[in-house]
Amino acid sequence: MTPSLSTVAYLGAAILFILSLGGLSNPETSRRGNLYGMVGMAIAVLATLLGPQVEPKGVAWIVGAMAVGGAIGLYAARVVKMTQMPELVALMHSLVGLAAVLVGFANYIDPAATGHYKGVEKTIHEAEIYIGILIGAVTFSGSIIAFGKLSAKIGGKPMLLPGRHWINLAGLLLVLWLGTRFVGAPSVESGMLPLLLMTAIALLFGIHMVMAIGGADMPVVVSMLNSYSGWAAAATGFMLSNDLLIVTGALVGSSGAILSYIMCRAMNRNFVSVIAGGFGTGGGTPAPAGAAAPAGEVVAVSAAETAALLREAKNVIIVPGYGMAVAQAQHTVFEITKLLRDRGVNVRFGIHPVAGRMPGHMNVLLAEAKVPYDIVLEMDEINDDFPDTDVAMVIGANDIVNPAAQEDPASPIAGMPVLEVWKGRTSIVMKRSMASGYAGVDNPLFYKDNNRMLFGDAKKMLDEVLAALRA
Amino acid sequence: MSQLIGVPRETAADEKRVATVPEVVEKLVKLGFRVAVQSGAGDAANFPDETYRAAGAEIVADAAQLWARADVVFKVRVPSAGEVGLMHEGQTLIGFVWPAQNPDLMQQLAARKVTVLAIDSLPRMLSRAQKMDALTSMAGITGYRAVIEAAYAFGRFLTGQVTAAGKIPPAKVFIAGAGVAGLAAIGTAVGMGAIVRANDTRAEVADQVASMGGEFVKVDYEEEGSGGGGYAKVMSEGFQAAQREMYAKQAREVDIIITTALIPGKPAPRLITAEMVRSMKPGSVIVDLAAEQGGNCELTEPGKAVVKHGVTIVGYTDLPSRLAKQSSTLYANNLFRLAEELCKAKDGVINVNMEDDAIRGLTVIKDGSITWPPPPLKLPAPPPKVSSQVKTTPAAKAHGHGASEPMPARSLAILFAIGALVFLFIGNNAPPAFLGHLTVFVLACFVGYMVVWNVTPALHTPLMSVTNAISSIIAIGALVQVAPPLEPFGPDRPAGWILGLALVAIALTTVNMFGGFAVTQRMLQMFRK
Repeated sequence: MTPSLSTVAYLGAAILFILSLGGLSNPETSRRGNLYGMVGMAIAVLATLLGPQVEPKGVAWIVGAMAVGGAIGLYAARVVKMTQMPELVALMHSLVGLAAVLVGFANYIDPAATGHYKGVEKTIHEAEIYIGILIGAVTFSGSIIAFGKLSAKIGGKPMLLPGRHWINLAGLLLVLWLGTRFVGAPSVESGMLPLLLMTAIALLFGIHMVMAIGGADMPVVVSMLNSYSGWAAAATGFMLSNDLLIVTGALVGSSGAILSYIMCRAMNRNFVSVIAGGFGTGGGTPAPAGAAAPAGEVVAVSAAETAALLREAKNVIIVPGYGMAVAQAQHTVFEITKLLRDRGVNVRFGIHPVAGRMPGHMNVLLAEAKVPYDIVLEMDEINDDFPDTDVAMVIGANDIVNPAAQEDPASPIAGMPVLEVWKGRTSIVMKRSMASGYAGVDNPLFYKDNNRMLFGDAKKMLDEVLAALRA
Repeated sequence: MSQLIGVPRETAADEKRVATVPEVVEKLVKLGFRVAVQSGAGDAANFPDETYRAAGAEIVADAAQLWARADVVFKVRVPSAGEVGLMHEGQTLIGFVWPAQNPDLMQQLAARKVTVLAIDSLPRMLSRAQKMDALTSMAGITGYRAVIEAAYAFGRFLTGQVTAAGKIPPAKVFIAGAGVAGLAAIGTAVGMGAIVRANDTRAEVADQVASMGGEFVKVDYEEEGSGGGGYAKVMSEGFQAAQREMYAKQAREVDIIITTALIPGKPAPRLITAEMVRSMKPGSVIVDLAAEQGGNCELTEPGKAVVKHGVTIVGYTDLPSRLAKQSSTLYANNLFRLAEELCKAKDGVINVNMEDDAIRGLTVIKDGSITWPPPPLKLPAPPPKVSSQVKTTPAAKAHGHGASEPMPARSLAILFAIGALVFLFIGNNAPPAFLGHLTVFVLACFVGYMVVWNVTPALHTPLMSVTNAISSIIAIGALVQVAPPLEPFGPDRPAGWILGLALVAIALTTVNMFGGFAVTQRMLQMFRK
């Protein structure tokens, strides 16, 4: 394959990637979008493999490595449960980060790649290596921690070291200083020490950064790390003078950044303060305990009473949250939905933008359970309909239905848009206990006159509701 | 000391209702109140004294004694002059008062230095007030009873039948005004098998009419007739002409007309003229539910059923009282809900909290000073505080997230200035090869931004998963390191190290590549309509 042909193939791959992201913006075209992505990736890999930069003797090695990786990847994709999606995505980000680090090192020690640069070009090239490894290392360790937090292997609470912003700043200055040492290094051997030190600092920084972010903000973190893995690819592209890597890395990087921003806005949080960490549990001023403690009685109901309420309702809105994902209750939710719809009840779903632990988490779970997506609505689409709703059923959600966000300016979640379930004629909250949500805020909804609590595991309770509805 | 709720026997002629029923007495006692009922108060509604006694009420022999002892009096009808005379300072009266129609009564009540809660003055737009809305519960009963009265006066079945004795066409019923009473009448008439049509000046009730099984008849004229608070308003001349025409047509066609049109504080609109009555088939029936406010039909005689031009015109004003057991029960429940609101501490003492919108609206006299009419409600300005913040989420929901607010010109200028400086610096220092890559990079960033900005939130997870898969493009970087075409660097090159690092990198990224696309595919297959 001639150099021109492989460049054109890269161009084709880049276009396919853009089409892929574009396709993913709409459910109708999303599957085609994914297909574009796959074809683009296949073209890119083949063009490289058959192109002028790879000698035929390396092909066997490459195919072997890809076979191993591909088999693991396909297996993981097959067995992963939909509720574990966030973890899987986080883990995969870490792989990309690690790969970026490895490619950077390999490039640095390869005289075939670095030997021909002189003067400014050499400086720029070394800076590219340095930045590529830096981003890759942060992505790697940060993603590992995010994976740990999402799979509950590490506690969800933010770990706030004293003076953490100063630690970060010191790390940054150290990285900059090491950078000047690295770029000025006369030989590969003398440059290796600053490079390794920087990699260690970057790894620690990644750990520290994600540890300091509360579990509630993990969706933003996952999306942000997604963006980082793109920037790492783009930096690698600069390093290798490869336009396809640059384009694709930039696409992934900017789309991840925008996604994080969109999610922060949905939570009415400042992007910077989420990333700076510790927001999830009111890192600044803890809410005055007891001062705004809601007064009133909590009315508990049984599954049978819930079924009776649902049976008499004409309009039902179901608001799922992380509790539904944890309990794997989405299939039962679908069964109940189907039963009610067959009886002419208008059942719809209201999805808060940050419900669950990943953007769109609930949509994926409901889709898995075959809930048709045209009855799954966004918060803005459905919020006005609550006053006409007979029963609003909240399944394992808390902060996203907390009226304090609107009513109590002192609340840590004040101003966050929430689903106004309390405006329904009756709201039923399914929860394991009266514990507060991720934001650590008490929920006045539970004490409202028209609210009922159904305590217990969501799956078990919904199974009972379903049985009662069928009876 | 808990307060005593007194329930006297209604004194108005033919009034059969009673302000509380035994079932509710129990609930009031649970709230901490003591309840006294005048002997015989519930007789007409089939609640004998014993049932009250069994529920925990005290039976008091005569009205004077009851009024003298009670701290709170529950009544149905507007109090008579005699009853006002029995009231004492500090007492609270709860019942129908109609302050707008009864200014003299208001003066007399104020002179007794009492507190009066007029159940008819409830702010009905407050959703939490609905449970206390006696007007609605009475209107529902009125609508039901209106159909029963019409069927009684009508000489035929309402439902259509094919019998051995011949075919009977179903009766056609026209209902003017689809408020609570109108809707109840539609439901009842449909239930009895009639063909029901209805009209209302408020176009938005067409769906409600349809939901009850009726057919909405439109007036051929464009005008919005909703006067706020769920009531109708007075319509323009042109509309009224078109409306008259429609009514005249309906009058010629239907067998039964039930009119429920009321405008608050005004005489009832004249919808059915004598001319229209004359055009109706002999044996037809008109039930005029607005009889008390002057009637929707010109020929209505309030309180009576008369036959004119062969048409029976029913003008009864006591329809709820004709269903005394039902209406007493509903009314008693409405008052109980009010008592709950007044006695949040459940200690049997009422607290007329003028800060509460619902109670403020109900209270027409407070400790002898007239507080009617109440100040206008600051009403459903929906989510009060948040609205300003929520507005930053743009309205263009259909396309994902829409565009953000345009930046203020000044910060935009600063941004551009910084951008220009950065570009200047790069242009002066960077080699041309780098610039080519930079161009590609910056443009790609913008493409990514534009493409993703419109994604629907439902697809966030697949999008993230697919971008993750695409970021495995970094494999290319490792691929080119495995076996590059070597020129002069053969022996110095640490080929083993490079090969090892590159192969591990390839393996890692392919996990991501295959896994990422496969899992995205799996997710997307689940999205279905």
